[in-house]
Amino acid sequence: MAETILSIKDLQVNYGGIEAVKGISFDVPQGSIVTLIGANGAGKSSTLRTVAGLVKPSSGSIRFMGEEITGKGPTDIVKKGITLVPEGRRIFADLSVLENLKIGAYLRKDDIREDLNWVYSLFPRLKERAWQAGGTLSGGEQQMLAVGRALMSRPKLMMMDEPSLGLAPIVVRDIFNIIREINKRGVTILLIEQNANMALQTADFGYVLETGRISLSGSGSALLTNEAVKKAYLGE
Amino acid sequence: MKNDNRRTYIVAACLLFLLLALMTAIDMALPSYHIAIKVIKKASVYALVAVSMNLLNGFTGLFSLGQAGFMLLGAYAYAIISIPVDKRAGVYQYFDGGLVQFSLPEFFSGFLGDTAGTTVGILLALLLGGIIAAIFAYLIGLPVLRLKSDYLAIATLGFAEILRALFQWKNLGPLTNGSNLLKSYPDFENATSYVILIGLFIAVIVLLVNSSYGRAFKAIRDDEVAAEAMGINLAKHKRLAFVISSFFAGIGGGMLAMYMGTLQALSFKSTMTYEILLVVVIGGIGSITGSVITSFIYIASLEWLLRGLDSGTFLGISAPGIFKNGFRMAVVSIIIMVVVLFFRKGIMGDREFSVSRMLKKMDGLRVRRKKPRASGTAGGDGAND
Repeated sequence: MAETILSIKDLQVNYGGIEAVKGISFDVPQGSIVTLIGANGAGKSSTLRTVAGLVKPSSGSIRFMGEEITGKGPTDIVKKGITLVPEGRRIFADLSVLENLKIGAYLRKDDIREDLNWVYSLFPRLKERAWQAGGTLSGGEQQMLAVGRALMSRPKLMMMDEPSLGLAPIVVRDIFNIIREINKRGVTILLIEQNANMALQTADFGYVLETGRISLSGSGSALLTNEAVKKAYLGE
Repeated sequence: MKNDNRRTYIVAACLLFLLLALMTAIDMALPSYHIAIKVIKKASVYALVAVSMNLLNGFTGLFSLGQAGFMLLGAYAYAIISIPVDKRAGVYQYFDGGLVQFSLPEFFSGFLGDTAGTTVGILLALLLGGIIAAIFAYLIGLPVLRLKSDYLAIATLGFAEILRALFQWKNLGPLTNGSNLLKSYPDFENATSYVILIGLFIAVIVLLVNSSYGRAFKAIRDDEVAAEAMGINLAKHKRLAFVISSFFAGIGGGMLAMYMGTLQALSFKSTMTYEILLVVVIGGIGSITGSVITSFIYIASLEWLLRGLDSGTFLGISAPGIFKNGFRMAVVSIIIMVVVLFFRKGIMGDREFSVSRMLKKMDGLRVRRKKPRASGTAGGDGAND
């Protein structure tokens, strides 16, 4: 297996007295697509938010490219090359599409033209609507904008929180195709999903999270055929 | 495209030149105590303060009501540092001529000559007022900016009120003259200086709003969590917006003191903040040109055009029974209610007046007149004041 880019050990996260994540450990290999699946309240989002620095963990360690990043703020974490596509897209509704993308590159001081062209080639629709306010886009386009915005920081690791939420199946397929394409360009992807079927088909490796703990792990295809996973998450 | 841009700049420059020519003509034609001059001076000061409040409330989404407090700081800093030394004994008559025995305009007229020296001194004193307001904003911001929405509004409002009470305190008298008036500080005679100065300050704010910092402010306003996830340091950027807004409010306060001629802490009540908030809301939250236009309309109507409603005769109708003291404010309230009902997002919404858009519209009209199939032109950006 390739080198590990993100390594999480015994991570615990508490939210106002509630233990959202109860000591999980997992690794994300460089250049892979890894997915965390699990029901509502399993602690998936909390895990991502903690890695992104939006929430401080109560114990455990997060290492990124061999470096300890536990407890660092979001500004440092984005600078190191981790970006988050937040749940529910959260684009800047009153800013134009182009301004949204520029905010994604806010911490960068170098030329962003190349990345802008790449994002536009991934999502030609965004180029057509560059001057439109983000809030006027459709749900699918907003998700594309959220992904594009995250890519503008030139991440090494992109974390995606439920990119398929509330989207039509055909749009979901598009989004997952683009996730694969982004991955081919060398961006490691950590994906959390309730749409377990789609996520496991795309991912190289998957972890199943249940009430704050990892209950199962394996390659995407192995989990797809696992009886327990089938029963709980694939509705078979 | 390039030609279009050049044409926009030329037209904008012409408009600016026309405005300046008009201002100079008004200044030459009217005596400095004329109501039109007074209205232009006060309205331009309000425009600056409204734009500074808009930077915070409209562009960064921080609902702060401390404007009057920062204006008070700027006003007092300006007055204290510019009263001529030989007049201090008279002004600070209860405090032995006061603590400060130095006047910035006098200091500079000592070696720059009277006119140039006084102007430089006034400008530096105004800047000093802005800087003091900014320092206070930084310190107050450390605890207060952790609060959100209404709580922030209450905390900043409280800060402004405490400051006003503090400035009236007898023990600070040697510095602030307690609850007595400060007066005899210099002022610009003509309205043109006000307009030029305020225009420059507002231009700086426009540049800031259109820079990458301005974009980050707007991102924070739209979605704090997403902005943080993009790596924008929330605390730092909020503090920056707060400090810059207060800096310009401080300068605006200094100029308001200049305009008023005499200064008293009592004038900087929370009503003043509400007045400015009113201008911002009616002009359009997030529109700089909206704030500027509304300041002029608001001050002109209140101080001049509607005066007749208080004094018996309005628009040639003489009705002393109805048009008496206080009726003007009743009419103003009704007008405000009507405006708010019909323009939910203010006069300008969050748009800006833009010369390039205006030119495009005029082109559109011309083309339409020639041939019925007019090409739709997309709205261009590049706000010009």
